[in-house]
Amino acid sequence: MALSHLGASASRSSSLLKPLSSALSLRRPISGDNSPLTVETSVPFTSHQCEAPSRSVETNPKELLTFFRDMALMRRMEIAADSLYKAKLIRGFCHLYDGQEAVAVGMEAAITKKDCIITAYRDHCTFVSRGGTLLEVFAELMGRQAGCSKGKGGSMHFYKKDSNFYGGHGIVGAQVPLGCGLAFAQKYSKDETVTFALYGDGAANQGQLFEALNISALWDLPAILVCENNHYGMGTAEWRAAKSPAYYKRGDYVPGLKVDGMDALAVKQACKFAKEHALKNGPIILEMDTYRYHGHSMSDPGSTYRTRDEISGVRQERDPIERIRKLILSHDLATEKELKDVEKEVRKEVDDAIAQAKESPMPEPSELFTNVYAKGLGVESFGADRKEVRATLP
Amino acid sequence: MLTPFQYLLSGIYLTRYILYSRHELLLFEALQEGLEEEMERDIRVCVMGEDVGHYGGSYKVTKGLAKKFGDLRVLDTPIAENSFTGMGIGAAMTGLRPVVEGMNMGFLLLAFNQISNNCGMLHYTSGGQFTIPIVIRGPGGVGRQLGAEHSQRLESYFQSIPGIQMVACSTPYNAKGLMKAAIRSENPVILFEHVLLYNLKERIPDEDYICNLEEAEMVRPGEHVTILTYSRMRYHVMQAAKTLVNKGYDPEVIDIRSLKPFDLYTIGNSVKKTHRVLIVEECMRTGGIGASLIAAITENFNDYLDAPIMCLSSQDVPTPYAGTLEEVTVVQPAQIVTAVEQLCQ
Repeated sequence: MALSHLGASASRSSSLLKPLSSALSLRRPISGDNSPLTVETSVPFTSHQCEAPSRSVETNPKELLTFFRDMALMRRMEIAADSLYKAKLIRGFCHLYDGQEAVAVGMEAAITKKDCIITAYRDHCTFVSRGGTLLEVFAELMGRQAGCSKGKGGSMHFYKKDSNFYGGHGIVGAQVPLGCGLAFAQKYSKDETVTFALYGDGAANQGQLFEALNISALWDLPAILVCENNHYGMGTAEWRAAKSPAYYKRGDYVPGLKVDGMDALAVKQACKFAKEHALKNGPIILEMDTYRYHGHSMSDPGSTYRTRDEISGVRQERDPIERIRKLILSHDLATEKELKDVEKEVRKEVDDAIAQAKESPMPEPSELFTNVYAKGLGVESFGADRKEVRATLP
Repeated sequence: MLTPFQYLLSGIYLTRYILYSRHELLLFEALQEGLEEEMERDIRVCVMGEDVGHYGGSYKVTKGLAKKFGDLRVLDTPIAENSFTGMGIGAAMTGLRPVVEGMNMGFLLLAFNQISNNCGMLHYTSGGQFTIPIVIRGPGGVGRQLGAEHSQRLESYFQSIPGIQMVACSTPYNAKGLMKAAIRSENPVILFEHVLLYNLKERIPDEDYICNLEEAEMVRPGEHVTILTYSRMRYHVMQAAKTLVNKGYDPEVIDIRSLKPFDLYTIGNSVKKTHRVLIVEECMRTGGIGASLIAAITENFNDYLDAPIMCLSSQDVPTPYAGTLEEVTVVQPAQIVTAVEQLCQ
């Protein structure tokens, strides 16, 4: 795609490639700029009990390039985690997010760090989009001190308090009541912020979800329940697990929106819409139609319950990174070489982080007993080996 | 005729009585007072549970609070223990201090996953980033013919969960003190109340006080045998103690109060003094608090024991409805007297 570096006239001649763009197509530096760009989502939104938002999404070159870079980083990170797991440096459970990156990236673009996100165990990329560093990710996966939970949490327990990322939960569905609790706290402190509680199509059948949804709707909480529907609950396809796989409709009295989860811009639009809705009218459900290339976890080959053709079909037609790449190239925001350079850069970043994480030591044995209880806070009291009786008011 | 010294002494006692003034109330009122004072003191404290708001609480512990603090701080939940306990924990992660009420402790079994995995473990798995300053409370224990499912003692099920603290109140004084301490603690605390103790009357101090969450209470000092108990069984033990004193025994009665962690300091000092231990508890023998306590005492103080530790617990059966059978399920004072006599031979 070696388009010339000439001015505006060149862009008008290639306008066939650019639906609805407001034409500035001087070749910009790779970092992009904030000039507005409007793109249409791949498919229109389907809504339940509410007005769907428009298909046209406001974006700008900088944002698209950031999407590309972030998703490439996440993809590379997950593939690297795959290799580390096979090399037995990561043990236990490792649930990879590749294929679903658009959800994390699109959501982050629509909200601030003051809004809360809580998700289940497929949390590596959401952690990174909330500001976590690659070193923290790899160190935690390998159980080292530099990990975000000091090596004591593991793959399923990533948290980042200062950017309101509440994890990282192993038990299916248990994070949704927690998420509604976060929304309750936001309403309590009158923050004007919202909580995104993510769960999968498998967790959508959990009773506690409906309990929490009922309470959130009753109390008008700013909770947004996001079903990341990758169509498989571990090894069980959604049509075998759910009588009604229209997860966005399951809220009944709670409005819902079905979104193409492989289109980062659609995700961004939906999350923006949902945030406005939740602040005014209470809970809303978003169903992200997405796909995971890997199996459920590293111990699942992912091909016993679906065909390889299906996986490669989705990769060819709906891959989120390819979608953004095509968008960038067709709008002339960067050359193919520049994008490949970004990917190389990202790969190097990941490799460096892995090398650094490998150098981080294992936790000290004394760390076994730290953080079981919060000590030194609240009421001052002494343990069983105290020398005198004391209870003081804090 | 009083001596000048005796006049002086009586004057001192009168002054103390006036200075440290007290008021009389029932145990559920003491809990309510503690809760109300903490809610006034800290705006982050809120209460959630079934019928705690407009109804005033099924045991009146939250009576009047909804009117005073409003619907956002005293929340009536639907019957969904799993999710509202989870919501309480989620809110606690952000810094709120919820007090979650289980209408009957037994219903909290529906929230076991949330209590065990999220409440107890989040401080650890997040590497210390989040504290969960939640209080989970409710009445449990064997009542008056409430049936098997409403006579549960969950302290034995929860005791293994790492990261939580468990306390059991038994008097209006320690009920208020433990409630306040539990709310102020940064750790998740489960406060066990007993259905039959809500109407106990006592005079408690007017001034602000708290009880230490990890401390046991010396009810009656003695020399011959250490009797460890908690919650309602304390009263059965004290009744037995009267009989024992008449028979010439001198039991030391300790209300352990802190079910997790055990106050091994107070217990140890007592064992070193008396060399004989009897545990009287209401939970079931298998896997109960007594079982853990026997293990802890044997590990730490085996050299000081003159006789094997005796443990009187409820029978390992679902609590029957019939009154006569229910009476036999729990430990009665007569059994305690017999056990002490046996122990002191």
